[in-house]
Amino acid sequence: MYAASATAELIPLIETHLRDRYRKVRKDSVIVPLRTDEDVVHLRKHVRERALAIKLSLVDQTKLVTAASELARNTIKYGGGGEVQLEALDDGMREGVALLFVDGGPGIADVDLALTDGFTSGGGLGLGLSGSKRLVDEFEIDTRVGEGMAVSVAKWKR
Amino acid sequence: MERIPILRMGDLLLVTIQVDMHDRLAMTLQDDLTQRIVDDSAKGVLIDISALDLVDSFIGRMISNTAAMAAILDARTVVVGMQPAVAITLVELGLNLVGVKTALNVERGMALLGKSFR
Repeated sequence: MYAASATAELIPLIETHLRDRYRKVRKDSVIVPLRTDEDVVHLRKHVRERALAIKLSLVDQTKLVTAASELARNTIKYGGGGEVQLEALDDGMREGVALLFVDGGPGIADVDLALTDGFTSGGGLGLGLSGSKRLVDEFEIDTRVGEGMAVSVAKWKR
Repeated sequence: MERIPILRMGDLLLVTIQVDMHDRLAMTLQDDLTQRIVDDSAKGVLIDISALDLVDSFIGRMISNTAAMAAILDARTVVVGMQPAVAITLVELGLNLVGVKTALNVERGMALLGKSFR
């Protein structure tokens, strides 16, 4: 009984603490359009510059740029084009790069299925979503069927 | 239209990819290489990717497909010079380039194809 109420009192404190500790500052936001093959190449260059700016290791740079390339291709191929927002992250302890891909396409009916290795609706290898998820530190999908989707990823400097 | 040059050395074709390829350029290279294997009666294809700092699933698939098409046309393909960070990323992405022979550098790739500079 006593333990339970103590825990209940502690929870808001812990939550506040965590929120302050991990409060992310987002800055230097840039939006890049994604319509053509060339846009994907430009984005790779942009992302590489962002990764270099916070001195990500070469392996982490490569992972982030590769994930960006996969997600940008999805935005164009499946979403019918869209845009990506690039942001620098800082949580007080470390720096990172965030990317938000947005399209107004058909969306995804079954996100779990779309995140399965080898599943594809477009004749590709089915590694775009599932593979890029493994290449980044944070990965979130928000989608509504018929309205579009947003994929948010982040990579932190180790 | 932009194209990646394909060099002929005896019965080998040599390609060095030195630009960040967009998808259409990768597809053009695949088509060009397949055509050149037939036109030049090539027995081997050496693709040097040492200048590439990224191989994503599209480029990876292009390389796999090219190797498969070359094999059907009786030519062997070796991919050389992959950067370590690219190899790490490819495996994590889930792409294992099935059926593609690789070598650390051009010299070893030539050796794999049964050729030698000496």
